[in-house]
Amino acid sequence: MKKPVIEFKDFNFQYNAQAKPTLKHINLTIYEGEKVLIVGPSGSGKSTLSNCINGLVPFYYEGEITGSLLINGKETKNSSIFELSNEVGTVLQDPDGQFIGLTVAEDIAFKLENDCVPQEEMKERVRKASKLVEIDNQLESAPHSLSGGQKQRVNLAGVMIGDVNILLFDEPLASLDPATGKTAIELIDELQKKTGKTIIIIEHRLEDVLHQEVDRIIVMDEGTIISDTSTEELLGQSLLKDTGIREPLYITALKYAGCRVISEMKPQRIHTLQVESCKDQLVTWYADQSKELIEEKAEVILEFDKVSFGYNPQKEILKDISFKVYKGEMLSIVGKNGAGKSTLSKLVCGFFKPTKGRILFEGKDMIEDTIKERAQKIGMVMQNPNQMISQNMIFDEVALGLRVRGIGEEEVTKRVNETLKVCGLYPFRNWPISALSFGQKKRVTIAAILVLRPEMLILDEPTAGQDFKHYTEIMEFLKGLNQQGMTIIMITHDMHLMLEYTDRAIVVSEGQKVADDLTTYILTDEETINKAYLKKTSLYELALKVGIDEPRAFVKCFIDYDRRMRL
Amino acid sequence: MSQTMLGYIKQDSPIHYLTGATKLICLLLFSFASMLTYDTRLLAIILIFSIVMFKVSKIQFKDVAFVVYFILVFLLLNNIAIFLFSPYEGVKIYGMRTDLFKLVGPYTVTVEQLFYQFNITLKYLSIIPMALLFMVATHPSEFAASLNRIGVSYKGAYAVAIALRYIPDVQRDYHDIAFAQQARGIDMSKKEKLSKRIKNITAILLPLIFSSLDRIETISCAMELRAFGNNKKRTWYSARPFKKGDYIAIGVATAFLVVAFLMMIKNGGRFYNPFL
Repeated sequence: MKKPVIEFKDFNFQYNAQAKPTLKHINLTIYEGEKVLIVGPSGSGKSTLSNCINGLVPFYYEGEITGSLLINGKETKNSSIFELSNEVGTVLQDPDGQFIGLTVAEDIAFKLENDCVPQEEMKERVRKASKLVEIDNQLESAPHSLSGGQKQRVNLAGVMIGDVNILLFDEPLASLDPATGKTAIELIDELQKKTGKTIIIIEHRLEDVLHQEVDRIIVMDEGTIISDTSTEELLGQSLLKDTGIREPLYITALKYAGCRVISEMKPQRIHTLQVESCKDQLVTWYADQSKELIEEKAEVILEFDKVSFGYNPQKEILKDISFKVYKGEMLSIVGKNGAGKSTLSKLVCGFFKPTKGRILFEGKDMIEDTIKERAQKIGMVMQNPNQMISQNMIFDEVALGLRVRGIGEEEVTKRVNETLKVCGLYPFRNWPISALSFGQKKRVTIAAILVLRPEMLILDEPTAGQDFKHYTEIMEFLKGLNQQGMTIIMITHDMHLMLEYTDRAIVVSEGQKVADDLTTYILTDEETINKAYLKKTSLYELALKVGIDEPRAFVKCFIDYDRRMRL
Repeated sequence: MSQTMLGYIKQDSPIHYLTGATKLICLLLFSFASMLTYDTRLLAIILIFSIVMFKVSKIQFKDVAFVVYFILVFLLLNNIAIFLFSPYEGVKIYGMRTDLFKLVGPYTVTVEQLFYQFNITLKYLSIIPMALLFMVATHPSEFAASLNRIGVSYKGAYAVAIALRYIPDVQRDYHDIAFAQQARGIDMSKKEKLSKRIKNITAILLPLIFSSLDRIETISCAMELRAFGNNKKRTWYSARPFKKGDYIAIGVATAFLVVAFLMMIKNGGRFYNPFL
């Protein structure tokens, strides 16, 4: 019998600021050396659950606890955040935000410093921990100068060093590109095999986590645990879909084809999946779906003509980039962090001037246009709505751009109301923005741009940090705008997003354009995938497995069908 | 983006080998010495000494030039202000009046006033190289450790260190937010009227404050989760033990302070009077 390390017994928790409990009747036991995944939509209580384990609840976020939670046999409410930090190591979501030290070594040593460990022992332990996660050659670097994957290693070393036996990961994949996310999951798995620690991962990107095996998946919804079972078992049910969590795409495809997913098929990963039994069904389903024709190209709205840019002539950030955007199109620009994607958008908006080449809008060179003039034609929406919102009320926020242009209040009211209706925010127009959810705030920022009536929208990571439900909501809204004729460019590293909602993608790597093609082609092309730190979609591999001759067409066919099914 | 001003400049020099605490203590001792005394001879020696130290540190003047010019402009303004508000301070101090030439109204330039203001200028100049050295030759991670060493509580010391470390992040946020707002047509350039520009700037400041609060929340969670604040004391990964050089440096700085005191006794006050 394994030793239980975490035991929730009829556990309830209510934040002081809230009227209703966030966690209700939680009964959950996690055993030593287990690897457990906790999934659930936003607001399901999964983050609160993890905060109970590491002690942020109730010692940092205060509230009332009833029932019991034992960690290594000790009641947490009589413990403290510091005591718990010797049992549980937490890796938070945002790798940048949690760096404390100015060098990698110091950051890793932070816990030991606070525990008054003598310097010599500290140096030795830092060396060991950094070796374990293979970051020992970067000890003197500033954590911020590292790549996304390296940052995660530093975070990991920083919690491992305290000799904790439970590791807690709060959405470890949220800010990583697909390829780095894959390595992160492999790293976690390897660590567990080496050290035998108990691992708890909270994530909603199920398919990406399942890249390596987990022992159990716990599904949360509305503050309760609604399922606690093995991966094979869970994938066979419809529970995930019902709670608004995205299943692995290949599983969805099998279900659409009418196959029953059972544990004997080993459905937890595409590589282990046995498809023999449902091969025929899948092939028949595919044959039934009519193939969609690629629409004819309309006129060009934006064109990059051999554009180069660099802060100084020796170091070019963008090199000789040319591409065209067609009117009414929805297009993705993808590439790993730091590839030059956001510089591209700053060039379009006029914050930087190209050092070489031209940017044409509707055939005219924009070089003479000021930022304000360009804002009239091209709207830019930032990733984080909190970085854009400056007013208290929704109406005022949307009206801001018009008011600074000196437009009369009557006209302002008319246009703002019009826009709010388009965005489905009209009923909330007199609400304070602080009362909105993250997804609604995002919509407010989009409305604030739309009200200026631009001809084109650029969105930076429109769905970052959103669960599947909000993701669908935002994207369907954008799709609707697109169908009304708006040209939309999305800068992203979310592969599902680009595959599902855009036909064409431009891939940027190291400041150069490496691909400009249909998204289904890009996500199935080995070379481009490697350059842009993307990952091959599991649908493609499924198609290969069942022997469909045109796997790319199969991918496209699935995406279209899936979107229709979700509406 | 431009390099951060007054950031750490890595060099291989005796000054860099000193611990952060030593540099801070020396800076304080020298500041006391040169604030105390108006003795021209001593100030001149401190000035020469600190320029030599600056040379020893191998820091290039051009790396700090901007800041130096900036300080010099203020020094000039300061001098003008002293003259405007107290044109005969020197006469009062030195008990003599030697007129050079008359300006306008009550303002006459005297030798004593010039000498007094020359001493003030010397005071500033003698301390600038030392202060700059502390800033650019102390590794940022040693700041907190050295503050803690001279008796500041480690929580306070860390607050300073974290604030310093967040400056680049907040700068980046500021640029991003300014970018987003300008792309919305909120003009911050000189083309707008000043009153409107001030109003427009709030469109950046509010989101900046909120995003900074978010950052603070994340970092304080991260710190507590790693047991920050648990004990009364903590150890420092980057702390270095005092070596011979450190004791010598502090000894020299103390000597200067002692000399400053002795000169005060000898001169019968803070001022050295060559006019007697």
